[in-house]
Amino acid sequence: MATVTIDKAAPTRKVKYGSMSRDRTWALRWSYFFLVIFAIFSLTPPIYMLITSLKSSAEISAATNPWWVFHPTLENYVGLLTSNQFLRFFWNSAIVSIFVVTITMLISVPAAFALARMRFWGSAVLATGVFLTYLIPETLLFIPLFKMFAVIGDWTGIQLINKWYVLLILYPTLTVPFCTWIMIGYFASIPKELDEAAIIDGASWIQTLTRIFIPVAFPGIIAATIFAFTVSWAQFLYPLVFTTSTDQLVMPVGIITTLIKGDVFNWGQIMTGALLGAAPPLIIYAFLMDYYIAGLTAGATKG
Amino acid sequence: MADVTLRKVVKRYDEVEAVRGIDLDIADHEFVVLVGPSGCGKSTTLRMIAGLEDISDGDIMIGGDVVNDVPPKDRDIAMVFQNYALYPHMTVAENMSFGLRLKRYPKAEIKSRIDEAARMLDIVELVDRKPKQLSGGQRQRVAMGRAIVRNPKVFLFDEPLSNLDAKLRVQMRIEIKKVHQKVRTTTVYVTHDQVEAMTLADRVVVMNHGRIEQIGTPNELYHKPATKFVASFIGSPAMNFIPCRLEDIAGKLHVRLTDRLAFPLPLARAVRYQNIPRTEKLLLGLRPEHVTEAKPHPQPGVETFDTVLDVTEPMGMETLIYFTMEGSQVCGRVNPNADAHDGAPLRLAVDLNNMHLLNEVTGVVL
Ligand SMILES: Nc1ncnc2c1ncn2[C@@H]1O[C@H](COP(=O)(O)OP(=O)(O)O)[C@@H](O)[C@H]1O
Ligand SMILES: [Mg+2]
Repeated sequence: MATVTIDKAAPTRKVKYGSMSRDRTWALRWSYFFLVIFAIFSLTPPIYMLITSLKSSAEISAATNPWWVFHPTLENYVGLLTSNQFLRFFWNSAIVSIFVVTITMLISVPAAFALARMRFWGSAVLATGVFLTYLIPETLLFIPLFKMFAVIGDWTGIQLINKWYVLLILYPTLTVPFCTWIMIGYFASIPKELDEAAIIDGASWIQTLTRIFIPVAFPGIIAATIFAFTVSWAQFLYPLVFTTSTDQLVMPVGIITTLIKGDVFNWGQIMTGALLGAAPPLIIYAFLMDYYIAGLTAGATKG
Repeated sequence: MADVTLRKVVKRYDEVEAVRGIDLDIADHEFVVLVGPSGCGKSTTLRMIAGLEDISDGDIMIGGDVVNDVPPKDRDIAMVFQNYALYPHMTVAENMSFGLRLKRYPKAEIKSRIDEAARMLDIVELVDRKPKQLSGGQRQRVAMGRAIVRNPKVFLFDEPLSNLDAKLRVQMRIEIKKVHQKVRTTTVYVTHDQVEAMTLADRVVVMNHGRIEQIGTPNELYHKPATKFVASFIGSPAMNFIPCRLEDIAGKLHVRLTDRLAFPLPLARAVRYQNIPRTEKLLLGLRPEHVTEAKPHPQPGVETFDTVLDVTEPMGMETLIYFTMEGSQVCGRVNPNADAHDGAPLRLAVDLNNMHLLNEVTGVVL
């Protein structure tokens, strides 16, 4: 009987659908309009950087059209890519980011699983606490942290300041809370029956995490990984404060400290360095986005 | 042996007592259905048997061993959930074999068990698909397959069919019954649908407010309900309840419904109800099939009366009629050829050989 009622309602809905589609067309036009403005707005700086990176210092300082390259040259690229210093910064950045992403995921995935699924005393408070930690800005923390590492250095003789690996301790304080929070969200969206089924099937907590939760929440893992990588790759304040020797610097700080000498800005190389520095995140996004398929949980339950 | 025993099992959630002391003996190979309205504690009971919930009080035994503190994986049970709970990233075969793989069964053994279960459930051609490529009914079969391949002591089902449409539900119901006939595994099945309970169960456990109202075979519950709750819950359309009193008229025990209407009781009933005080407020319980059109030669114990129908519902093989008696609506089932029309008068017969008499206050069937 129910199907009959639905069939009767169908023609009316069709008429409505027609008008809805006209609404949709307009909504789409507006979307495109604003998206185009947004795209122009956000793509202008990188294009300007690309143009500048292809100019010689002489052309940059000459009073010609800044939006056009009259004598394109790769001298900035060649200069940077053959400079051991720049390659060192790049290498430091890569090592720090890879380690930080690994450390972050190793901590935040199990932490999120515990907070989302193992109801233990204080787990709800702890979950909120994790997020609040993320809200404290690093500008508030870097001086006390510096003092802390100095004191640790005095007491134990372990020198952490001005060593690249101090960043492996510092960055996770930024990435772990947020990634844990993202993963709590993803894990919480997995139906409770799924882990109950796994438990009845004989899986331990660890097996439930590795065999069920991580595969099912894989889009979340990707999102968290991208976030952790972006934060580590682009972090500026902590490396600026905690590392000073040129061989310990990561790229953002390295470019600033070595390519700006007093009030002399080596614009061509700065732009080139920034562009080269932006490449790894872009490549990683492009690569991981393929795996970032939402709705991977479809079909787990009645759907 | 895979019998399941519950002894005074209690479940408390902070303030609420979800299950208030349940005693239940389930024999090996038996198919027991827990039925009752939503929130009566069926799922909680089942989940305590599974080990997914701790029990607050009492004992649960599986195969003679107390399992109160045994984790689910060591209880040798399998559970089928309402929303199927299939692992979305695994194929059907991987879903079914997950438990066996965790227990490190030999590959050949796993394969033969999957083949057998897939054949039994008619899902052989689906084994390489992912759950999202399956229809609701197919997912339900896979969920059952996952339980079957484990070859457990006990199957637990929690409303496995309530996400399916009505037609598929009937089909899967038969399927479940067939599977049970083949594997004979002790089964505890939870549903709020009394039809499902009646059709599947060896024995039905009717629950209400965290307690067991009655345990019995489907026929026992239907014909000899112990309480008003069971009487009204089992059977569709539901049993009619008409306020009444007992009265002695000319030395014979009568049941008086209205000032003008009193029926003499058949001998067996008269003997049974003899000692009930005549002042007691009672309810006459009559199933709709015992309220029919009057026949020319009534059987003993069948009494006739005239009424005016409110509404009729032709169902094809019968017509449901509704009329009012002493303020309560009464439903009857008459032959489609009987002259039953909305608002029309009709002579009806009630079969008092199948009547029930209930205490109006306590709801106990007398
Ligand atoms: N985790 C829980 N916390 C508190 N109350 C619960 C919890 N689970 C169930 N209940 C309560 O216990 C009672 C029985 O629930 P349940 O066994 O799920 O009923 P049903 O018979 O519909 O399956 C309900 O009143 C429900 O609100
Ligand atoms: Mg339930």
